[in-house]
Amino acid sequence: MIDKRVTIDDVVAEVHDGMTVGIGGWGSRRKPMALVRALARSSVKDLTIVSYGGPDVGLLCRSGMVREVVYAFVSLDSIPLEPHFRNARQSGAVTTMELDEGMFLLGLQAAAWRVPFLPTRVGLGSDVMRLNEGIRTVRSPYADGEEFVAMPALELDVALIHMHRGDQGGNGQYLNVDPYFDDLMCMAAHRRFMSVERIVDTDDFLKEGPVQSLRINRLMTDGVVETAHGAHFTECVPDYPRDEAFQRAYTASAKSDEAWHEFRAKYIDVTEAEYQKAVAS
Amino acid sequence: MNRDGGPTRAEVCAVAVAECFRNNGEILANPIGTLPMIGGRLARATFAPELVMTDGEALLVENAMAVGVDNPEKVVGAWNPYRAMFDVVWSGRRHVIMGGSQIDTYGNQNFAFIGDPAAPKTQLLGMRGAPGNTINDRTSYWIPNHSTRVFVPTVSVVSGVGYDRAAELGSAGRYHQLVRVVTNLCVLDFETPDHRLRLRSVHPGVAVADVVEATGFELVIEADVPESRLPTDEELALIRDVIDPNGAGEAEVPA
Repeated sequence: MIDKRVTIDDVVAEVHDGMTVGIGGWGSRRKPMALVRALARSSVKDLTIVSYGGPDVGLLCRSGMVREVVYAFVSLDSIPLEPHFRNARQSGAVTTMELDEGMFLLGLQAAAWRVPFLPTRVGLGSDVMRLNEGIRTVRSPYADGEEFVAMPALELDVALIHMHRGDQGGNGQYLNVDPYFDDLMCMAAHRRFMSVERIVDTDDFLKEGPVQSLRINRLMTDGVVETAHGAHFTECVPDYPRDEAFQRAYTASAKSDEAWHEFRAKYIDVTEAEYQKAVAS
Repeated sequence: MNRDGGPTRAEVCAVAVAECFRNNGEILANPIGTLPMIGGRLARATFAPELVMTDGEALLVENAMAVGVDNPEKVVGAWNPYRAMFDVVWSGRRHVIMGGSQIDTYGNQNFAFIGDPAAPKTQLLGMRGAPGNTINDRTSYWIPNHSTRVFVPTVSVVSGVGYDRAAELGSAGRYHQLVRVVTNLCVLDFETPDHRLRLRSVHPGVAVADVVEATGFELVIEADVPESRLPTDEELALIRDVIDPNGAGEAEVPA
């Protein structure tokens, strides 16, 4: 087994201007925030972000890395609307691809299976079709002759995900109730990086959870980085819950430029170790 | 909350939500939001035990889980992560109740954003699952603040598909079915020849004129509009003792 351990900086060095980056998790749950924070400190720009969106999207939009957001929602869960994303949208700072949650899944699946599209009823009749001129329809070649949406593949340059446990070879394990779409994110991407709460001996995986929790296999990853508390402030149960107080502070930082600069200086323009120290105090 | 007298407005709304699920068969009843969840769980605890329901996340639970309490007891029957939920939705085994920031006379619903797509005046939730829910399954809506801001002649963005849009699709739209719109004032349905919204019942204490005034387009209103059904004693006891012991419903619908 190859040793795929890398550092946060190694991962950031793989992300270049204009790339399409998929980010795992869902809303404000199990987001690879240590990697996202590092990206927000970098000078990369014009990214297209593909995400079941949470603070990953808002933070990168506010920090100026983003040209386009491919999304079905951007939410903090306990705070329904992501404030920084909302500001970016309302000021026209980012463009969007407006998708249904399921179309998003099909786009990733199409990329993973190396087909240009997957047919679906989802989107028919809605303004998804009006708002995305690039999304076409396809007629069934069979007797029904019905017209379906041809959801195009969402091919990713880079995928970033966060798991509870991983081994040094890049196998990954989730211990909460939902795997989300992290495996598909990886399978839809050319370069795939997984942060984990803890790197364990492969032999110890089944002490942590059942075999079904081993959702990420090392065919899906190019690098693994240990970032304890690395999903903070999003939910990463059973290791830790969402930090609601910190999430409220993050939300308050969208109220003015001053508030944002203060937040950024304290929590973003610092190393990951300094961040963890700051949020622990 | 005042539960000392008769049924509260919230309890009437909960019963109206429950009625959306009557005779639906063994499907996933998926009411989203506080009041809808109270109503859905009420339906299953009374006249529709066949309904399948979630804990609001990735589990299907078999007990009448309490709303608005910390760590409610869950009797877990099955696992239903997001990916499995799409299997349920796309195979036609769900009836969802969603919210909406705007809704028009054919039931086109918007909670995505309002205004210019390039720089909206108000960014809302995004499309979420509304296009897929409405094209595949029965859908109802819960509107806790019935007003002309919500009930508009034209929605800014169609996230949930209405009857006029579905009709244009021909057979590809054959699974589309909007059932009810329950509000804090009344119950609306689409049981009209052209599927425009009809006033089905008004909640006790609400006049038909109140509904008309709070609606930004013309509703179909028949000569005699009945009052919404009141909770039975059994239903009231279930709501107050089991499903919503802390009055989360009354917090959402204070009237």
